[in-house]
Amino acid sequence: MVSTEKPRQYKVVGTRPIRPDGVDKVTGRAAYGADTKAEGMLFGAVLRSPHAHAIIKSIDTSKAEALPGVKAVVTARDFGAHAGGGVVDLGETRGQANYMQDNVLANHKVLYHGHAVAGVAATDQHIAEDALALIDVQYEVLPFVIDVREAMLDTAPILLDDLRTTVRAANSTLPTDKPTNIALHMSLEKGDLEKGMAEADVIVEREFETGMFHQGYIEPQNATAFWNRDGEITVWTSTQGAFSVRDAMAALCKVPVSKIKIVPMEIGGGFGGKLGVYLEPIAALLSRKTGHPVKLWMTREAVFQATGPTSATYMRVKMGAKRDGTFTGAYAYLAYEAGAFPGSPMGAGAQCAFAPYNIPNQTVEGFDVVINGPKTAAYRAPGAPASEFAVEAVVNELAEQLEIDPIELRLRNASKEGTPNTVGQPFPRIGAVEVMDAMKSHPHYASELTGEDVGRGVAVGFWFNGGMESSSSAAVNSDGTVSLILGSTDIGGSRASLAMQLAETLGLTMDDVKPQVVDTDSVGWTHVTGGSRTTFAGGWVAYELGMQIREQMRERAAQIWEVDADKVTYGDDGAIHGPDSKTMSFAELSGQLAATGGRIAVSASLTKNTQGPAYAGHIVDLKVDRDTGKVEILRYTAIQDVGTAIHPSYVEGQIQGGVAQGIGMALNEEYIYDDEGRLRNGSFLDYRMPVANDLPMIDTVLIEVPNPGHPYGVRGVGEVPIVPPMAAIQQAIYDAIGTRFYVTPISPRRILEETMPD
Amino acid sequence: MSNRVKTDRIVITAKINGDERTFLADERDSLLEALRERIGLTGAKEGCNNGNCGACAVLLNGVLVNSCCVMAAEIEGAELTTVEGLAGPEGLHPLQQAFLEEAALQCGICTPGFLMASKALLDENPHPTEHDARFWLAGNLCRCTGYDKIIRAVLKAADQMGSNGR
Amino acid sequence: MQPVKYKRATSVAEAVSLLQGGGEFARPLAGGTDVIVQARERRRDIDLFVDIKHIPELMAISHDANGVTIGAAVPLHLVYGDAKIVSQWPAVTEAAHVIGGTAIQGRATLGGNLCNSSPAADSIPAMMVLDAVAHIAGPNGKRDVSVREFCTAPGRNVLALGEFVVSISLPKPPAGSGGAWQRFIPRNEMDIAVVNAGVWVQLDGANVTDARFALGAVAPTPIMVPAAAEALIGKPLSDATIAAAGDAAKAAAKPIDDMRGSVKQRKHLAKVLTERTLRHAIERARGQA
Repeated sequence: MVSTEKPRQYKVVGTRPIRPDGVDKVTGRAAYGADTKAEGMLFGAVLRSPHAHAIIKSIDTSKAEALPGVKAVVTARDFGAHAGGGVVDLGETRGQANYMQDNVLANHKVLYHGHAVAGVAATDQHIAEDALALIDVQYEVLPFVIDVREAMLDTAPILLDDLRTTVRAANSTLPTDKPTNIALHMSLEKGDLEKGMAEADVIVEREFETGMFHQGYIEPQNATAFWNRDGEITVWTSTQGAFSVRDAMAALCKVPVSKIKIVPMEIGGGFGGKLGVYLEPIAALLSRKTGHPVKLWMTREAVFQATGPTSATYMRVKMGAKRDGTFTGAYAYLAYEAGAFPGSPMGAGAQCAFAPYNIPNQTVEGFDVVINGPKTAAYRAPGAPASEFAVEAVVNELAEQLEIDPIELRLRNASKEGTPNTVGQPFPRIGAVEVMDAMKSHPHYASELTGEDVGRGVAVGFWFNGGMESSSSAAVNSDGTVSLILGSTDIGGSRASLAMQLAETLGLTMDDVKPQVVDTDSVGWTHVTGGSRTTFAGGWVAYELGMQIREQMRERAAQIWEVDADKVTYGDDGAIHGPDSKTMSFAELSGQLAATGGRIAVSASLTKNTQGPAYAGHIVDLKVDRDTGKVEILRYTAIQDVGTAIHPSYVEGQIQGGVAQGIGMALNEEYIYDDEGRLRNGSFLDYRMPVANDLPMIDTVLIEVPNPGHPYGVRGVGEVPIVPPMAAIQQAIYDAIGTRFYVTPISPRRILEETMPD
Repeated sequence: MSNRVKTDRIVITAKINGDERTFLADERDSLLEALRERIGLTGAKEGCNNGNCGACAVLLNGVLVNSCCVMAAEIEGAELTTVEGLAGPEGLHPLQQAFLEEAALQCGICTPGFLMASKALLDENPHPTEHDARFWLAGNLCRCTGYDKIIRAVLKAADQMGSNGR
Repeated sequence: MQPVKYKRATSVAEAVSLLQGGGEFARPLAGGTDVIVQARERRRDIDLFVDIKHIPELMAISHDANGVTIGAAVPLHLVYGDAKIVSQWPAVTEAAHVIGGTAIQGRATLGGNLCNSSPAADSIPAMMVLDAVAHIAGPNGKRDVSVREFCTAPGRNVLALGEFVVSISLPKPPAGSGGAWQRFIPRNEMDIAVVNAGVWVQLDGANVTDARFALGAVAPTPIMVPAAAEALIGKPLSDATIAAAGDAAKAAAKPIDDMRGSVKQRKHLAKVLTERTLRHAIERARGQA
């Protein structure tokens, strides 16, 4: 079911061609980061902290270095000078270079279980691993803190001696001159909260906690680096952002960006977790020391221990409404842990929390807090699933108390074009109402629920979507095809979605466009594949390239026909038309370019911040086994404003994948630490992501409210589908068994312990 | 834990994707390590290295196994099929074609394992139900797709293979 | 992977001699799904794998009038692929079908599941209620040990230096009896049991003439629950007697709190699973399932 606001006839956009990189990926030929092989390559391994918090008193690497086959051992000392406090832009997150360096290799303290302490390079993988046991590290173990609220207490162990609270909240009472774990206290205020609450007939206030969830990409982080004798560094890695890796490497290794080339390999999932650097600098230091290329990849356990989960949170949400359902006021308190270094996505969570609704009086107060856990990384709509879970759960309770259908209540308060968001800026054209209408009228919502202990829940979600900078170039080939050079790594079909937009612009087929992802020396600066921005921003660049080619093809035809250029048009059929019914196909003209003045090649670099925010609405039916606490998802419908679906199959796939991850968060995924602050479940066995028979088919409804800020109406689609599941499932469980849960995951254990008689 | 013993380099001969191959491996190499680093067949992927994700799945004497949980030394004299051996001279295997047509992959890292597991499924049960396919494939993790399009692709390939007798 | 040597045995005698020579750090290698990972993650000290899959009797399934003998290295997919085993000992094949994913079942074995001796091992409670016997070979010859007596502590068992399990026998179940096995896991596959339960009952009309109950993941080893049997034997089947068996199982369960489950949850599940599994076993005894 697809509804289109401004019906536009496209030839390529909206079709479902086979992706250009498809054959390589089904035949095992596609080269991912860990598949890298270089002449003389050494293999590396990383020693990690067994403690949650400890001072490194000494590191003796001599025994490891003496092991035959070991070529080098590196520690933080090998970085030389400490990186400064400069900021590296990672797209959806930012990092301070000195903290980033201390995260890559612990400097004088380890701050979490699994924190990297040393790296080894050897002639063989087994030898590198053997050498780890021969590195003697003496630790002085310190008290640790993992819970976000405990970390905020005055009595908590302090992680970073130099950290002081930055205050951006009007009435903050926090000191700004004392050691603390609270990196930031901020507030966003609109209207008059007290007045709003006073106007309310019904007020619901609840507390929530969400756990640390990992992105769970199947491919572990990896990097192969070669630091040549001339100082030129090449890194082959699976990353969402080759240029952000280059910037981070420059800051950490203290070399100019021009000395670094990042070769983005195929990437096995990221979801925000592969924006930053982990192994790349270690591989580079080992390569500098040995003169050989060095390949590193993480164990799955290290991925869980040391790469970015999302923030665990503690939240309070209070919302007031009039009898007729009008929301009068809303307050949210959001405490997000950031892991061992500042920089949780709390700010984004704060701006998303109430975004689906027009609420005149609202205050969101937020805290960014460091704890003895892995530095959090972006994860699909970073910050939003937690805060919107809390808000949507409260909205569902309000609907019950007001005796108004929960979708109807949302519709009565829905944000529309012009509604001021939490920071007071008006929304552009958005599809919140269209999504809610579609939820209400969907047969799923009207269907009868039958059986015992079954329940239904609904929730909506919002995500901004990012714009940012993208660059590409294109060249017309003599056979009428076009090469498209991309700086965005293809994490799930962007070669296809970008090639399709160029083909559409030129009136060609997707097969006529040959997309290629290239290294950082071969294309202009391009921001990360993240923030749901790639098909939006890269597509805009592809459109721009297409328009440039159209213009040049037109001029060339005019020259060949010896007529004025303004008498020649480029048709949407991909042919060039002149006076007197003169016409040439794209291919015909392409074949004549070399002989008539040279071939055509164009490039473009654009920064577009006209992204269209995305809204999603989900309906879930489930069954609870009261005797075991287990939840079975019976039916799931995900409705979303996708702007324009360039390749509908991959849009559906993004939604289905986001839903599956959201179901995992809601039901079973969590980080479990022991009494010593050690991660107990760093494996796919015990970090329980959904498996194939945990899920039903996930029905999608693509609502197309084109983004007026894009030539093809594209909105980002990848992130918002992870936002609604937690609240929808929480509500459905309540509907099934009459118990509301305010802590996720709502695991069988939690359900059972809450509901079983003693 | 000590390193009391020293492992040897060993010569292994096995039939891999139809061809007899002889290669040198370390005695403590897993089959996955040998495939990737000694033989250069990198289609099998390391996702977890402990049998919980299926990204390294291959067929050993026709039986689906996780190559991370097999010692390379064990395959002396055995027959092995990896994802690189799935397409024949006549073209892609129907499963590969169905995965492409159904958009059953996003990042693609789990795809080789899913293809091998799906092949093993259809070898054993040419007409699986959705339930059969989900149960059989539960040992293969995919984080991108929510499995929907993978299951559809497997069922589609089964239909096509059934109708054209492959 | 810690340094591990690999040797292939082609006879029981050769395996015994290799294992004895290898000492305390030698392990038989059957499916390898536990031991290879343990050696890789340096969780169990192993420096020699003795591959026992090339010993014919380790790979054989033989049915005779007394029951079936399953070689200790027979992979699970062949166990649940054997129609006779499925029809006569469904409790065992129910467990075999859900140990790991399909690719694990292509390698993992009943012998390995037994020798790994995890308190949560899925097949052990099923084998315990079916009176399974492990046939052991070692430097001092052969001996038989009831599967019920096999595990001694988490990861530990009765095997002495140089000994290994050659095969496991399941005696033929008498007419009018039925066995079943279930577990609880948070997902639908790929988890370690929070609790699992094996049940076997012998019926005479509406009366229970014999019964055996076992539970996993509620004690340092899988345990028998004789009190549950006592609550049932000699009594007519009813919701009350079934609940009494469940209560006995709950009382017998002495679990720990860990990342996979809590004491409260596990004790409750011991009852739930015992009752559910019992009902299934009763249906089988009546020939209804």
